Amino acid sequence: MKKIIVVGNGMVGYKFCEKFVAQDASKDFEILVFGEEPRPAYDRVHLSEYFENQDAKALEMAPSSWYKANGIELITGERVSDINRVAKTIKTAKNREFSYDYLIMATGSSPFVPPIKGVEKEGVFVYRTIEDLEGMLAYAAKLNKEKPNARAAVLGGGLLGLEAGKAVLDMGLEPHIVEFAPKLMPRQLDSRSSQVLKLKLESIGLNIHLSKATNQILGDGKITGMEFGEDDRLDVDMLIVSAGIRPRDELAKACGLEVGVRGGIVVDNTMKTSDDNIYAIGEIALYNQMIYGLVAPGYDMAEVAVKQILGETNVVMPADIDMSTKLKLIGVDVASFGEPFMPADKGHSIIFENKTQYLYKRINVSHDGKKLLGGILVGDAADYSMLHQIYLNGMKIPEDPAQLILPVTDGNAAFGDVMDLPDEAQVCSCESVTKGQICGAIESGEANDLASVVSCTKAGTGCGGCKPMVKDLTDATLKSLGIEVKDSICEHFDLNRQELYDIIQVKGYRTFNEVIDNHGKGCGCELCKPLIASLMATIHADTANKEYAIQDSNDRFLANIQRNGTYSVVPRVPGGEITPDKLIALGEIAKKYDLYTKITGGVRVDLFGATLNQLPLIWKDLISHGFESGHAYGKSLRTVKTCVGSTWCRYGMDESVSFGIELENRYRGIRAPHKIKGGVSGCIRECAEARGKDFGLIAVEGGWNLYVGGNGGATPRHAELLAEQIDNETVIKYLDRYLMFYMRTAKPLQRTAAWQERLEGGMDYLKEVVIDDKLGICDDLEKEMETLVNKFECEWTQAINNPEMMKRFSHFVNSKEEDDSLVFVPMREQKMPEPWN
Amino acid sequence: MEEVLEKYNATKIENVKVWFKAASVNDFPVDGGACVKYKDKQIAVFNFAKLGKWYACQNVCPHKMEMVLSRGMIGDDKGVPKVACPLHKKTFSLENGENLNGNIDAIATYPVKIEEENVYIGFSD
Repeated sequence: MKKIIVVGNGMVGYKFCEKFVAQDASKDFEILVFGEEPRPAYDRVHLSEYFENQDAKALEMAPSSWYKANGIELITGERVSDINRVAKTIKTAKNREFSYDYLIMATGSSPFVPPIKGVEKEGVFVYRTIEDLEGMLAYAAKLNKEKPNARAAVLGGGLLGLEAGKAVLDMGLEPHIVEFAPKLMPRQLDSRSSQVLKLKLESIGLNIHLSKATNQILGDGKITGMEFGEDDRLDVDMLIVSAGIRPRDELAKACGLEVGVRGGIVVDNTMKTSDDNIYAIGEIALYNQMIYGLVAPGYDMAEVAVKQILGETNVVMPADIDMSTKLKLIGVDVASFGEPFMPADKGHSIIFENKTQYLYKRINVSHDGKKLLGGILVGDAADYSMLHQIYLNGMKIPEDPAQLILPVTDGNAAFGDVMDLPDEAQVCSCESVTKGQICGAIESGEANDLASVVSCTKAGTGCGGCKPMVKDLTDATLKSLGIEVKDSICEHFDLNRQELYDIIQVKGYRTFNEVIDNHGKGCGCELCKPLIASLMATIHADTANKEYAIQDSNDRFLANIQRNGTYSVVPRVPGGEITPDKLIALGEIAKKYDLYTKITGGVRVDLFGATLNQLPLIWKDLISHGFESGHAYGKSLRTVKTCVGSTWCRYGMDESVSFGIELENRYRGIRAPHKIKGGVSGCIRECAEARGKDFGLIAVEGGWNLYVGGNGGATPRHAELLAEQIDNETVIKYLDRYLMFYMRTAKPLQRTAAWQERLEGGMDYLKEVVIDDKLGICDDLEKEMETLVNKFECEWTQAINNPEMMKRFSHFVNSKEEDDSLVFVPMREQKMPEPWN
Repeated sequence: MEEVLEKYNATKIENVKVWFKAASVNDFPVDGGACVKYKDKQIAVFNFAKLGKWYACQNVCPHKMEMVLSRGMIGDDKGVPKVACPLHKKTFSLENGENLNGNIDAIATYPVKIEEENVYIGFSD
């Protein structure tokens, strides 16, 4: 049994292990991996995502159990401190010794911190590991508490520096980028594209300072500012240094391996160092006198080292390494491929620039105009994958190459179909997956959808930049095989939502069992049961009390389940208008049941911490004060948010509150594929944020402008204009039709924004259906909506007046006791559930 | 937290020492669950009418240790009867307690018998 020691458990070190154990011959080897960080390798490329969810597990390349399952011994939190090349042993910082037959150096790099005076002060950070981020988060939280508008600067306007800038934004601090060079991303962008990027970043709130050499860091112990020159300084409360990387070659130097003048272990094209038994891969390896700081070449190096050790000596690194990259920096697309900066003697450049839209596209073509040599894209890199493929495969380009980057006007892109790519075209460069492998996986039956293509080829699992192309290839291949991409709802039904809708309507089914016994199989599940409950509610105007065991968690108990299993209660406050007496009643009831109270984003009051047993008691009290269910728990209309409008406002054009109340009362209780929110603003200042809602109205001269399909949430989207200057009656007519059309045809749990986006024919088609009645269904839509409106019943009033329905509101079936496992802790004069571990 | 889980041990019918009479059959929703209190334990009991069977398991979901499984929705995963936790839709087999959509610890299951319209749960302690 031969022994391999891998020094370093970063992305490339991990990839070596993964590729090694995938080989049959690997069973003759034992692998021991050392990582100095406390956790197994994680995805450093997507490090800034940690600021969004603080979930270190989500970034893991593989859990520790993976190493064990593959017979790899992983020792984290222990640094290798010494290599004895003669005895072929290593020693760790804990003074333990291990011997090896092959040593893999994958020590990566560390952030370069320039020797600026004061750089050791508190509040100065580097951006490399999860521990670095945790330190930053803690410091930023402290800053946010101590002072409003705290500022943080990033030293370095390169790729990583801008990533760090995003982190600063996410931490809620005022972001500043300080760069020594006269442009951003000097390695990837030319001056003009860098200028476009700068304008775009400034428009989203980043402050950018170019051509600044930092002389010293100011502050007494703690950073308070940066000084660039006489009378030129920037007050900041925190600094993140991102001024480049340095290879971690101290171990290699100490044991006499050949290293480059500016660092990095010298390797040949087999990844071998000056010692035959030692290989170096990733950011530590100096190949072609270059350090490659990208994941894709690092993974290729891992592959070469694996093959070399296993005797496949013909597998070597290519002489030319593709440095093309595409990234999303703070939401802005930036990509460069091939030769981004090309001298005029090699070819011509074609440049498209539109600063009003923050767009820049440059392609470099050969003098004869036949070959694409490289390019840069800023603002919109949707065409990157295709351009990159054309470049890599030397594919033919249009007679007028400008068509490759000119804005498309007739709907036809200049480059044809993804299926025109040659089979050997490398689609995923991180995992070296070709178009042929992707299509082959589907053709051989190994994969039948995007998820299975990804899991069996690994395409798209690296940086993820190729995912859109992988999806296009998957869809096109499935289509070419005549496989219909079926959106059936779950394993129990071979039907989609719309088909089920039609069946239930035509057959008049009233129970879940009727539907599954006649059209499905098995017992149902948490996907199909709530869906069918929702369809029944839309079709028959039933409340959620009817067949409560098939309702989703919240609908079943007519309240929103919170993280400790208690519930929150939200009574309806139409349009956000409430009398002082009712407001007092809410306060009294909250006090009586000791509930945590908060104003929601939808202009009403949320009462938290109610136990199952308390729900009916609370509702009896609320109903006696004239409240009704607010359906905050349902996939149904939530609120219609209003500004105060012409009733009080000196700018108001119309009575937004009155109309908002009318609309909320009209659509209350109606079940839809997903929740629906509305907004009504009294003038174009838009204080009700109506365009961020599923439907929004803005009062203008001569009537209302009606917008539809807006969304906040994870994918914010402004609602689009459906009709202009229409009166109240017409608004209701169009809204009835729009909502009913959505409820009939959307997919399960699809919000109006996503539904509208995928509607074939787009807004024009929607207008034809809703306004011009192109399909001749508007009469039906209006009638169906009218039935729902007329049949409204408050389901909480219904429940508390029916002893049979009340049975479900008890924690125990055999005791009146409350759940004694609940623990609350104090929180700003109120209470909250004990935090989760 | 872990001491909560120690209270719940999967029990096979041959090890039952006590049949605890929980409630009447009619107290449970059809194709749904309710929670039974037995000593210091909370047990979720499901009336799986579609299969004509009854199931019982711990009420605490091992994912976040909340007492909620009895309020979960039941159904089947390729024929295996299951319950989905109402908090994060983690699903568990009602036959052997195994987590069907992840790597969470299995839940403890208990035998159930129906006699004269009453529901009994079997415990070994």
